[in-house]
This record gives sequence, C-alpha cells and structure tokens, in this order.
Amino acid sequence: MSLRSPLGRVLGRGSARDGTEHWWAERISSVALVPLTLWFLVSLLALPDLGYAAVRGWLALPISSLLAVLLVVTLAYHSHLGTTVVIEDYVHDAGLKVASLLVLRFLHVLAGGASIFALLHIAFGA
Amino acid sequence: MPVRARPLSPHLEVYRWRLNMVLSITHRITGIALSVGFLVLMYWLVAVAGGPRAYESAAAVLASPLGILALILWTFAFFYHCLAGVRHLMFDVGFGFERAQRRRSGLITIAGAVVLTFAVWILLWHGAHS
Repeated sequence: MSLRSPLGRVLGRGSARDGTEHWWAERISSVALVPLTLWFLVSLLALPDLGYAAVRGWLALPISSLLAVLLVVTLAYHSHLGTTVVIEDYVHDAGLKVASLLVLRFLHVLAGGASIFALLHIAFGA
Repeated sequence: MPVRARPLSPHLEVYRWRLNMVLSITHRITGIALSVGFLVLMYWLVAVAGGPRAYESAAAVLASPLGILALILWTFAFFYHCLAGVRHLMFDVGFGFERAQRRRSGLITIAGAVVLTFAVWILLWHGAHS
C-alpha cells in the first residue's frame, strides 16, 4: 500500500526516503570531528615550529597517521553531507542540481583521497 | 491548469532578523567556508608529502598576508562551527530550548569563537617571535 497521494505519484515527488539517515550521519560525524579536529589543532600548536622537519616528524608518527587519516575521512564525509544539503536547498533547477551534486561528490572523493594518499606517503614513504 | 512558480523553502526574506536566525545562517556559511578550507588542508598535506621544497612553497603561500588573513577567518569559522554545532547537538537531545537559554548559549558561541580564535593566533604569533 502506498501512502502517497495520486497527485504526488503522478508528479514523482514526495519523500526521498533517506532524509533521516542523512541527518543522523551528519550528527554522528560531527560528534567524531570534535575530538579529531581539536587533536589536530592542539598538536599543531604544540609543535616547536611549523617548519618542514617538525611537521613531517609529527605526521610520520603512527598515532598521528592514524588520527589524521580518520580526521580527513570524517571531514570529507561530513563536508559532503553538509554541502549536499546546501545545494539541495538553494539550487532548484533540476539539471544544475544534479550537476552540482556530482561535482561536489567528485571533489570530496578527490580531496579525501589525495589527503589519505599524502598521509600514507608521509607514514610509509622514504 | 497552469503551473505557477511558487516560492520554495527556504525563503529567508520574509522574516525579521533574530539572533538565533543569524547564528543558524552563520553556522551554514562557516560550514561552506570550512569545506573550502578542507581543500587547503589537502593542499598542505600533499605539500608535506611532497618534500621540503614543496612544503616551503606552500608555507610561503599560506604565510603571505592574504594567506594569514584567510587562515584567521578559517580559524574563526572552525571554532564558530564547532561551538554552534555542539549547541545544535544540545538542541537535538532536547536541552536549552528556553528563550533565555537559547540567547545565552548563542552569545557564548559567538564570544567563545572570537576568544579562541584570538588565543590560537596569539600563540602562533608568540611562537613565531620567540
């Protein structure tokens, strides 16, 4: 049995079905980001200086690699969820909306992927 | 029946400006700014992985006057979004909905973000000149 009205069925509109999951995922990732971002900021401030040697030495530590990878993954995820809602709210033209959402997703996968690759290179590279 | 272009949510222009509304809009704007900042974080991480020369050139860009200004704004955006996010999480679990509480947590969010941004940059300034 469908709860949608005949008009709603004809127009192909109505619930997108996954609004709650989207909202919930945004909250969960935000909770994870509080300690991760604060760890990153405090560690950066605790370095003797922000020169190459100090920064690289810090990021090459196993615990830094792990936390920094978790940070960029969660950041990419949370940023994607957030900006997706912004596009959905303000871009009403169907074609432009799909194109924007596609670009947004590619950008986030690219930024997340490049960040992880860089961190792994720092951790395991020569 | 002709289809008329009806106003779609969110139509912000019909409301009088209120503190909580400004806070909520700022939360969204800082979120967008931080998404752009994520690209800068990626650039910085790739530069660290790229070696001393790549790092020096990235650091020079970020330490330029315009770079510093952007980083200060991103620091504020981060603290604001973080504090306002916690405030929203508090609302989500059902706390702080009273008028006076909303106002107080809102003002704490703004003041906290400003104070923490100052604190970080005073520390950075101090570190660079000692």
